[in-house]
Amino acid sequence: MTAMPVIAPGETAQSMTERICDITLREDKSVRTPLWWWIAFGLSLSLLGGGVVSVLWLFYAGLGIWGIDWPVAWGFDILNYVWWIAIASGGTFISALFFLLGVEWRTSLNRLAESLTLCAALCAAIFPILHLGRPWFFYWLFPYPNTMGLWAQFRSPLVWDFFAILAYVLCSTLFWYFGLLPDFATLRDRAQGRGQRVFYGILAMGFRGSNRQWRHYRPVYAVTAALMAPLVVSVHSIVGMDFAGAAATGWHSTQFPPFFVFGAALSGFAVVLLVLLPLRPLLGLQPYITARHIDVLGRLLLTSSLCVTYAYIMDAFSTFYGPDQADRTMFLIRVSGLYAPVYWGTVILNGVLPQLFWWRSFRLNPVLTWLICFGVLVGMWLERFQIIVTSLARTQLPSSWGQYTPTFWEWSLLFGTIGLFLTTFLLIVRLIPIVAMAEMRAMLRRPQ
Amino acid sequence: MAAVFSPRANVIATVCMIGVAGFIAGGCIWWFAWPRSDYVRRVGWTIQQPVPFSHQHHVSGLGIDCRFCHSSVEHSAQASLPPTFTCMTCHSQIWTNADMLSAVRNSLTSNTPLVWARVTDVPDYVYFNHSIHVAKGVGCESCHGNVAAMPLTYKAKTLTMRFCLDCHRDPGLQLRPVASIYDTDWHRNRTTPSAAELMRQYHVGARNLTECSICHR
Repeated sequence: MTAMPVIAPGETAQSMTERICDITLREDKSVRTPLWWWIAFGLSLSLLGGGVVSVLWLFYAGLGIWGIDWPVAWGFDILNYVWWIAIASGGTFISALFFLLGVEWRTSLNRLAESLTLCAALCAAIFPILHLGRPWFFYWLFPYPNTMGLWAQFRSPLVWDFFAILAYVLCSTLFWYFGLLPDFATLRDRAQGRGQRVFYGILAMGFRGSNRQWRHYRPVYAVTAALMAPLVVSVHSIVGMDFAGAAATGWHSTQFPPFFVFGAALSGFAVVLLVLLPLRPLLGLQPYITARHIDVLGRLLLTSSLCVTYAYIMDAFSTFYGPDQADRTMFLIRVSGLYAPVYWGTVILNGVLPQLFWWRSFRLNPVLTWLICFGVLVGMWLERFQIIVTSLARTQLPSSWGQYTPTFWEWSLLFGTIGLFLTTFLLIVRLIPIVAMAEMRAMLRRPQ
Repeated sequence: MAAVFSPRANVIATVCMIGVAGFIAGGCIWWFAWPRSDYVRRVGWTIQQPVPFSHQHHVSGLGIDCRFCHSSVEHSAQASLPPTFTCMTCHSQIWTNADMLSAVRNSLTSNTPLVWARVTDVPDYVYFNHSIHVAKGVGCESCHGNVAAMPLTYKAKTLTMRFCLDCHRDPGLQLRPVASIYDTDWHRNRTTPSAAELMRQYHVGARNLTECSICHR
């Protein structure tokens, strides 16, 4: 393959720094915060407002306002949690895993991808806490010396999940913030207004770019990256075990942990592309996020789609290869029962459509790529719906078979978290350098 | 352009960070200690009662058995508080004009029960049955303390869930022979049967006493 450049020719450390700083600092007073940002921010805020109303009403009225009931006691709450936490994985794969692999195209993407991780993890964390029914007691999951004489149930993957998510969110935040320190220092030094200088100065925490600081900075960053890379795998494995650990038909499968890691990679890369494609022209990032990046992300998306497809095929194969009649019945219900459109939607959107990315012309077509990524996110959502709802609706006892219909309040909460995701991300885009300038400078100074 | 941060900013930043760490550490200590304090658990506090009834005088001084007043303790979930007639068994004959007992006499003449304030209470989501505990060898003292030494009755134990579970997880050493159940100052001695022997005698241990539904029904 002919190597496309990871950075437009003619770009220097100075021109790059000026361009990226200008997005946040807006030194030229005639250039205001662009109109598209305000429109998008307004729309996101209104979605978020709907979500806040939904949560307040939930606190007042209780879980009865949701469609969950026996036998389907896990509905949108767990579905959306799994969906969001999978979306969060993209940033960690790109910024930690590919940092360790030392690939050059990772440099201009990592800040954007990590920010997406944080926003999505925030949305994910809301759901399991709300679904507790009495969310103010969420800390009971934590093994602390309480007056109840109770200890967390370490035999349950739900407890591991709590630890995994907590560790993941904490490490992601630290990794993200630590990577930002030199860039905050750059913004502090370039800012004109006193308010901006104080704001970025406090965030920079006294980073001055001295030799000593850099000598400490680089190993710490590398160690954090080395911690993050296995963490992203453990988080999604444990999410898979939340299901595999239960005795429900269709969940009790040893392939679930890797299957959920594949799904996480797929939705993670999809959401990075989904956000990247419109943001690139809007912020003028074309010199730094080039066709090479889009191409690489497209190929990663295709790879993870193949992994997911493999899991779908193995799911079918092991069901019929194995001895369990209940598993076979469950599989047939999935592919031909009430929720069959959900199953086939999953297969088409996650497995079939991304195959278009075998052709580079498709990968480099922004509209098509965007649509396929959007399809993948919908497909991943459908996959979670299929896994959670079909298995619960058809329990082992025919007398307790049931159905699940999400209510208005569940939908409004889902769209509320989409609002939360977009609102926090737009704030990050506006206030924080969206390309890691310090790392870009290091790359630009390296002899080509 | 003058620097925004003076050298003093370093000190402020350090103090802030130490402050945050101290706040978190202090918060953890408070979170641990506060719910365990006697103040929060109301241990050792006497409560205002219609009549300043002294268990010390009646139990220790006069030798009245617990069951004389708390008559349903062996048969019912509730130990029950005595009706005014029980008080009047004696007080229609002695201290008939005592000021302290006017509320008791008023209760009798107006035919309205005395409203005692509950000293030892568990939340409404806890199912507690006195009769099963008494029948299985748990003494009154185990939860109510040595009431024979209380001039005014107060809560003697924390009654947290941990307090209940400490015994439910390992009941043997808390059990006592039948003859000592109403003894308010009983201690194990050399003649006491072993914990395992008492468990066997009372048939304790067949059920898992830490199942949620044992107490939360």
